Amino acid sequence: MGRYVIRRLFQMVPVFIGTTFLIFVMVYALGDPVAGLFGDRAPDPATAALLREEFDLDKPLWQQYLLYLGKIFTGDFGTAFNGRPVTELMATAFPVTVRLMLVALVIEMVAGILLGVVSGLRRGRGVDTSVLLLTLLVISVPTFVTGATLQFLLGVKWPLVNPAVSAEAPLGELLLPGLVLALVSLAYIARLTRTSVAENARADYVRTAVSKGLPRRRVVTHHLLRNSLIPVVTFLGTDIGSLMAGALVTERIFNIQGVGYQLYQGVLRQNSPTVVGFVTILVLVFLTANLLVDLLYAVLDPRIRYA
Amino acid sequence: MRTATRVTGAVAVVVTLAVVTAACSSGATGSGGSEVVRASWGDPQHPLEPANTNEVQGGKVLDMIFRGLKRYDPRTGKAVDAVAESIETEDQRNFTVTLRKGWEFSDGTPVTAESFVDAWNYGALVTNNQVNSYFFQYIEGYDDVHPEEEGAEPTARTMSGLKVKDDRTFTVRLNQKFSQWPQTLGYNAYAPLPKAFFEDREAWLRKPVGNGPYKIDSYARGQSMTLSRNENYSGEDKARNEGVELKVYTDSNTAYTDLQAGNLDVADDIPASQLKNAERDLNGRYVNQPAGILQTLSFPLYREEWQGERARKVRQGISMAIDRQRITERIYHGTRIPATDLTSPVLGPDGGYAEGLCGRTCAYAPERARRLIEEGGGLPGGSITLTSNVDTGSHRQWLDAVCNSVNNVLDDNDACRVRPVGTFADYRRDIAAKEMKGMFRAGWQMDYPLIQNFLQPLYYTDASSNDSGYSSEEFDELVDRANAADGPEAVGIFREAQKIVLQDLPAIPLWYQNGTAGYSDRVKGVRLNAFSVPVFTDIEVA
Amino acid sequence: MPESPLRSPSEEPPALGGASVAPAPDGIGIGPVEDLPAVGRPGRRAHARPRGRRRTRGLWSDAWHDLCRNPVFGISALLILFLLVVSVWPGLIASRDPLSCDLGRALDGPAPGHWFGFDAQGCDVYTRTVHGARASVAVAVCATLGTALVGGVLGGLAGFFEGWADGVLSRITDIFFGIPMVLGGLVFLAMVKAEGIWPVVWVIVALGWPQAARIARGSVITVRQNDFVQAARALGAGSTRMLVRHVLPNAVAPVIVVTTIALGTYVALEATLSFLGIGLQPPTVSWGVAISDASSGMQFRNAPHILLYPAAALSVTVLAFIMLGDAVRDALDPKMR
Repeated sequence: MGRYVIRRLFQMVPVFIGTTFLIFVMVYALGDPVAGLFGDRAPDPATAALLREEFDLDKPLWQQYLLYLGKIFTGDFGTAFNGRPVTELMATAFPVTVRLMLVALVIEMVAGILLGVVSGLRRGRGVDTSVLLLTLLVISVPTFVTGATLQFLLGVKWPLVNPAVSAEAPLGELLLPGLVLALVSLAYIARLTRTSVAENARADYVRTAVSKGLPRRRVVTHHLLRNSLIPVVTFLGTDIGSLMAGALVTERIFNIQGVGYQLYQGVLRQNSPTVVGFVTILVLVFLTANLLVDLLYAVLDPRIRYA
Repeated sequence: MRTATRVTGAVAVVVTLAVVTAACSSGATGSGGSEVVRASWGDPQHPLEPANTNEVQGGKVLDMIFRGLKRYDPRTGKAVDAVAESIETEDQRNFTVTLRKGWEFSDGTPVTAESFVDAWNYGALVTNNQVNSYFFQYIEGYDDVHPEEEGAEPTARTMSGLKVKDDRTFTVRLNQKFSQWPQTLGYNAYAPLPKAFFEDREAWLRKPVGNGPYKIDSYARGQSMTLSRNENYSGEDKARNEGVELKVYTDSNTAYTDLQAGNLDVADDIPASQLKNAERDLNGRYVNQPAGILQTLSFPLYREEWQGERARKVRQGISMAIDRQRITERIYHGTRIPATDLTSPVLGPDGGYAEGLCGRTCAYAPERARRLIEEGGGLPGGSITLTSNVDTGSHRQWLDAVCNSVNNVLDDNDACRVRPVGTFADYRRDIAAKEMKGMFRAGWQMDYPLIQNFLQPLYYTDASSNDSGYSSEEFDELVDRANAADGPEAVGIFREAQKIVLQDLPAIPLWYQNGTAGYSDRVKGVRLNAFSVPVFTDIEVA
Repeated sequence: MPESPLRSPSEEPPALGGASVAPAPDGIGIGPVEDLPAVGRPGRRAHARPRGRRRTRGLWSDAWHDLCRNPVFGISALLILFLLVVSVWPGLIASRDPLSCDLGRALDGPAPGHWFGFDAQGCDVYTRTVHGARASVAVAVCATLGTALVGGVLGGLAGFFEGWADGVLSRITDIFFGIPMVLGGLVFLAMVKAEGIWPVVWVIVALGWPQAARIARGSVITVRQNDFVQAARALGAGSTRMLVRHVLPNAVAPVIVVTTIALGTYVALEATLSFLGIGLQPPTVSWGVAISDASSGMQFRNAPHILLYPAAALSVTVLAFIMLGDAVRDALDPKMR
């Protein structure tokens, strides 16, 4: 197990280099960002050239990339076009995004698994149909609409929460945004759990457990659920990515300047230090999450072994 | 068992948290002090230097913490003296500037002639990378500090046209006659800078110091800024409130919701579609007033198919095929006004705004539109595209509406097609490279309320924002004459020049854009200036 | 999944009907418990057994046989057929031109002849919804098939072979996972200048496969540990045979669940891309664009109908495919037989 983990940690190095390079090339492919800095005016060539020099945009791609990598190792992630160092952007964006992600993750885990187990055990009944309807609803009504509506109802109509999240973003203020963010994933988890539970409910070990005379609750939580969780855990692992990088809409509605927002701004303004810096950290997060998921497989299913 | 307890535990935690926050948040309604105005803001796109700020959000702050030689009266839009006691000239080219006594920066240092000259030289010097350098282009010696060619080194660090006479006097020599030049000096780029800026720019940027009606107390970049009344302010427009708290919103809809929830006092730039609700939501507490912004559709006159008399007829026809009245009503709910000239109502008739100057060309007339386009040989290649970036400014809707209008008039659903471009940078790059093929969006937000600013930068041969590549000797000559003429006479000549542009129609005027803002019942006296920025000094907290 | 209400009573023999061949799981299983039987209520599966399945039929034809007898499958197939017909010949049920719009009627509610009202540009919502089916269904279905195939194959191989193959494939997946959608979309569609739905499908597949791959990998890893796979391996079954006959049918369920839901989200994704000016462009009409138009600038607050109808159409489509997915999954599950 230990060696497996170490090997996985070493694999992060090529992924780190691959990702930074790929993203770097992609932002580069978008073209010269300097034209956008002058508003509705033709850029003045002299200033434009100096700006290109300041951001190393006048050099060939490979040189830009090497310069960038070199700077990263001294802790310098470059600056955004508004003069803010990317490290400063990361320091404000990541903590709030991670908190939001965790809130959403807890919500979708608890509610999703609960709904999934119940509807899996009672296929075709009320709860099951409700989960199906919820799924259809969250998929066809955009997050923006559900988010803005909930914000209006809970923030203005019956003032229970502040519509906008403050800069400190305490956990309490993140509950509503977290719920909005979790909705779509919640549907996935409920349906995944439902399928898994329904499938495993007929497995031999469940029958054995029941025939042993174990209480039903213990059968469900200990035998049925534990073995049904692998697809759910896999999904949660992949979902961390979309909850962090793809929270743009939720972040906008609730005025959170998180990772999604900064990434979007970085892409639209074609600022490679911002984009590459943020994506690199994100990929490291994904790698860790995936490692945890793989280790969880072994916990949930003792037959799975890592050497 | 373990899983079950854990699940129950988590549910309990979530529920408890929900109850606790609900209880907490309903009590707190933001940190607005007794007489502090809480207002919405957007993250400035450039460092907050006067000559490096070319968008509204940065301008909002500069307007509060700086006063230049002139300022623009928020009601009339006229330039009135601020720090300047007088700006005199006899030949429209050499100006003597005298400052008023007693002005100070909020750090206690005096505002002197040097504060201006140093700031202007800093803004003009090419190596300082200031995006608004071109504001100093009329001052003699600008070419030495800011050579035009890429990569050229500046041959001087200061402009030869600027001379400090004494603490309160300096002279300016322009490189051409420009009678209205003193009226441009209300723009933020011309603000004075304190010594502290030149000593430690980085520190200054973290907490800018100016000479305006407010001073910055704290600044959390990307999040908020608190400003308080500058008690040492020497200008006439002293703040009528104790301070302003600016809060960054990434979406104007959220600011609007926060305003409704009572967490905000002033939210500017209300989304047009919300304006219908604003009446009900805010009990009529919103303003919708003209700003110096004009939307036009430009044509690539550098392409052969858009040159010549026949193409001009086609452009006229397209202009007549656009139902401006209906689009401004149905899509913008009255926050845009159909344009009938190439300036803006904020200039006022004296300033050169000429209602109806465009005449029949800007009026919706399907029959004539069809005929003109037919006479002009039809649309080049049978159909045209309408290009714009779509990442900012919710342009998508009106683009579709304009194309639909043209298509309906020509009874051909393929006549006009929207061609969106992903990013603003991309869009500007295509324009700069002269790669436009059909019509494209051209928005113009004035730098200063002068008719000159609506014409010269846009239509003068090779001017900085002449995106259509328009060139007319007659127009250029009139502009030169107007710049050499005095006051009202200049305005008259500019109007003549504008007639030529409307005749040749390199760009079709679409509509004048209004500024919008909503406000809470805590405040009164909310209005916007001609740059669609709230006049914070006039706001009173009840 | 409201399958039991859809099933006709005659097709649902008593739960213990199949007991003669195989002990019905619910009978023995969790019998006494009042609500668990629903899980095991074998319904359609139970009757497959006594009807004397011929031994010669393989797993896949078994599945097909099962599928055809499943009313859920029938209903979803009918729905999908309807969607396809509408996509190909929208003129059959909507005779107006989706591009003729009258701004004067923008956001107006239902009127005679225009029962769904008008959108923000004054176009007929009914006509736009019907004509929007083509692009939306095509993008969603192609993108879903693409992600499921690419992701399923790569993820499945990674999970099946372990070791360095898993390492390499999984790390490539990680890199692709990191590409932000907006960036990927902008770059991809800037390079591919083609028009129509294909560039959009490619983008979605290129950015969407990593998720399917992860799910497939996790699923295969679990199945691989099962006794029957180990037994097959011990009996000397080749890799291909084991994959196709033993692992694949048992590992496919989570992939089906995730991709059928993803199908709906791809319609929204397509709208996001269009919003950035890089997806489907007018005159192509689609539900995604209609839905995102309705939400931009809170339009839905004043005119909920412009959101309601395209969203409902999308719901029905997703419902049809979720039902199809469920039926296929059930058919492939040997335990249910």
